[in-house]
Amino acid sequence: MSATATASAAPDAAVAAARVRYVLRLADASLVLAQRLGEWIGHAPALEEDLGLANTALDLMGQARLLLGYAGELEGQGRDEDALAFLREEHEFLNPTLVEQPNGDFAHTIVRQFLFDAWQHELYTGLTSSSDERLAAIAAKALKETRYHLSYSSGWVVRLGDGTEESHARMQGALDALWPYTSELVETDELDRKMIAAGVAPPMEPMAAAWSARIDAVLRDATLARPAAAIYRWSGKQGRHSEHLGYLLADMQHLARTYPGATW
Amino acid sequence: MTAIREHPTYVAAPAPIEARVRAVLAGVPDPEIPVLSVLDLGIVRAVELGPDGAVRVAVSPTYSGCPATAVIRSDIVQALRQAGFEKASAYDQLAPPWSSDWISAEGHRKLREYGIAPPGVDRELACPRCGSKSTRRLSEFGSTPCKALYRCESCLEPFDRFKCH
Repeated sequence: MSATATASAAPDAAVAAARVRYVLRLADASLVLAQRLGEWIGHAPALEEDLGLANTALDLMGQARLLLGYAGELEGQGRDEDALAFLREEHEFLNPTLVEQPNGDFAHTIVRQFLFDAWQHELYTGLTSSSDERLAAIAAKALKETRYHLSYSSGWVVRLGDGTEESHARMQGALDALWPYTSELVETDELDRKMIAAGVAPPMEPMAAAWSARIDAVLRDATLARPAAAIYRWSGKQGRHSEHLGYLLADMQHLARTYPGATW
Repeated sequence: MTAIREHPTYVAAPAPIEARVRAVLAGVPDPEIPVLSVLDLGIVRAVELGPDGAVRVAVSPTYSGCPATAVIRSDIVQALRQAGFEKASAYDQLAPPWSSDWISAEGHRKLREYGIAPPGVDRELACPRCGSKSTRRLSEFGSTPCKALYRCESCLEPFDRFKCH
């Protein structure tokens, strides 16, 4: 980490713009996954899982609100959390492609959650030492929630992976289907590197190694096989998404766009 | 919306004012677990005094997405205004993050009497109704972000447990 830019110093315009986009990446990851998990409310396989998925969604929504509010302040153009959530277009969303993937069956939902939780756990642990104090505070708060989510999702990965023939097959199928979306979580692009250099984002290599080690340990307990690395690279965090995000946003933004400024 | 601390002109309130403010806050209940006051919950982190007798309270949210957070801030401000602190305000203080360790001993007692097992180490977990330590976790999540659902294996009653956080 060469530079030590802080919110109080005067970072150059490029770093300031990059910081807004970086915070939006974090915010959108939580927001989009919260929206997906919300689709389960009233439909989960058991009441306990309905509560689990809904409460996880609520935590993620809270994180998204804190992060979107901060991104709006950094941007300084008068956009608040609602404007950023409801009035941006698909290509302006910077979440990793993984979180917008459809719920599928419970196996898909749980595998997606586990891959995300394990990543968020390492990322937010690193962010607690960010040079950006506001981001560090949000991460420290969210990390406590993430630990609980990770315990829940990894518990289900083991139970279902090491469960019946049927549950094992479904979990392996979900893992094979979702694995290609993980590469963008643990690989850096130019924006990441800029934020790492500014001390805002934590260095990627140790996080990627810790993420990978946790995945291996849980998959071993679950008797699931880690898929081979995929060749194709998704780039949702740069605004290029799979076909699923547009439908999710249409659902999420419909009310706010149909009745601008509506309150209740 | 999240209230953000803006004016650096506030300082720690002198002891007599802090005591008066805290006496008011002792009567402000948590909206979801009304048996606990905001003081019992350990979310009041600072009482500050600003220009013209304005008082300001720093509040640590329990969970990022807890819908009670905004209600708590507004309840605190309303109670202080009714008690004569006309220029009262409250803001969120994220760091350090709130911990269930900050719930007071009095809060633990009130939770138990209300039928909720207080947070703590698993070996001390006991049914809040009959005191049996033979319990089973039914669900890691419960009716609010801060609770999990358990059942007593002795009296067979289900009960909430405040999650360690």
